[in-house]
Amino acid sequence: MPAPSSCGADAVAQTFPLIVRRELRLALRRKGDVLNVLVFFVVVASLFPLGVGPEPNQLRAMAAGVVWIAALLAAVLSLPRLFAADYADGTLEQMLVSPQPLVVIVLAKAAAHWLLTGLPLALAAPLIGLQYDLPAGALGVLLGSLLIGTPVLSLLGAAGAALTLGVRGGGALLGLLVLPLFVPVLVFGAGAVTSSLIGINPSAHLSLLGAFLAVSSLIGPWAACAALRVALD
Amino acid sequence: MTSDLFRFAAPQAFFPLAGKLIPWFSVLAGVLALAGLYVAFFVAPTDHQQGEAYRIIFIHVPAAWMSMFLYVVMACWAGLGLALNTRLSGMMASAIAPTGAMFTFVALWSGALWGRPTWGAYWVWDARLTSELVLLFLYLGFIALKGAIPDPARADRAGAILALVGVVNVPIIYFSVQWWNTLHQGASVSLTRAPSMAAAMLAGMLLMALAAWMYSMATAFCRVRSIILERERDAEWVRMTKEQMQAAA
Repeated sequence: MPAPSSCGADAVAQTFPLIVRRELRLALRRKGDVLNVLVFFVVVASLFPLGVGPEPNQLRAMAAGVVWIAALLAAVLSLPRLFAADYADGTLEQMLVSPQPLVVIVLAKAAAHWLLTGLPLALAAPLIGLQYDLPAGALGVLLGSLLIGTPVLSLLGAAGAALTLGVRGGGALLGLLVLPLFVPVLVFGAGAVTSSLIGINPSAHLSLLGAFLAVSSLIGPWAACAALRVALD
Repeated sequence: MTSDLFRFAAPQAFFPLAGKLIPWFSVLAGVLALAGLYVAFFVAPTDHQQGEAYRIIFIHVPAAWMSMFLYVVMACWAGLGLALNTRLSGMMASAIAPTGAMFTFVALWSGALWGRPTWGAYWVWDARLTSELVLLFLYLGFIALKGAIPDPARADRAGAILALVGVVNVPIIYFSVQWWNTLHQGASVSLTRAPSMAAAMLAGMLLMALAAWMYSMATAFCRVRSIILERERDAEWVRMTKEQMQAAA
């Protein structure tokens, strides 16, 4: 758990945007990393019709699942970088010993990760939905489900990234650790789109997705902080 | 009294205790399993719907119970280790994980063998099967994470965090998979059997569940003894134990 800090809410309010801006600026200096994840997402989603055939009815039924699984894989691919660079150059250690609460720093890093991967994926998803012949209503639900669900990937993923920090074979291990935890996001996210396709109101799925987001915003940063302290012990 | 119990939190004190308990739990496991299997094969009546195929539940149900129960026990040890920084807790969590994974696998495997004659398919995407499969993945992730970190103290704490995150997620995963299953309506088969189960069936199942429990304790203690020896191999008491063993042999 983060140690009780002497700084008040003002310092927290300053730290959060500061870290987010820093992460975004660093990412913009290396645009390739961000773009690669987005391209990976589009490539994976585009490969499925080549594998299962171009039958439109079948593709329409699969669309939500394919987009969501591609998003999960893209998230797993991008997560190792969340702490790796700061770990390698010692910044992370300074963040740990700084008077700012670690949980705010982790939350800010997760938020920046979402802005750089989750948000672009969500915005690109309707395009893939069009390729899969989804109707306009379902496209909106797909976008909405990704906007609510992808922050969970950054929050729980931060815990996974912190646990595998500096561990050999970290990439594949990270996937093994976090993908089972992403099951509810996949079920409710893809389920929202599927239910809107068959004429059921998707709000129940989206609400549950929102509830899971609330739960993971409690668990994820706590576990990530604890894991960072273990990694840098 | 409590201070006496806490004494066993030290690996050095727990090592001989576990050694004394293992034969008891092993014998209990064997006797209970024999009694359970006798009830299962000779006393329990043939099911009027499923015929003889149902008898696999005497393995399947206890394995499924243990798989879930052991994950909770493992998470409890992990949480205890994280909170109190006791070395033995992390070792216990490591010792329980393979047994839990084994029972998860047995539950899935026996379920598949039961599903073939009953449902006509080895695997259906039933909510329970799917969440049991995810549970197997959680066990494997825990074992893999511990295996990937060379420093035991760090591995214990990292594993503990993962186990705690997992134990919070298990009910959510189970619920979400059930929700998913009712939406898809893929396999319209249910595991719910006739409401009134013959008393002999229940007795056999409970006996087998107790046997599985005793077996888990025996194997976990066996494994934790190996882990203690491996980690404390440089300690004075381990060398003395070794000499005692050699003297006895």
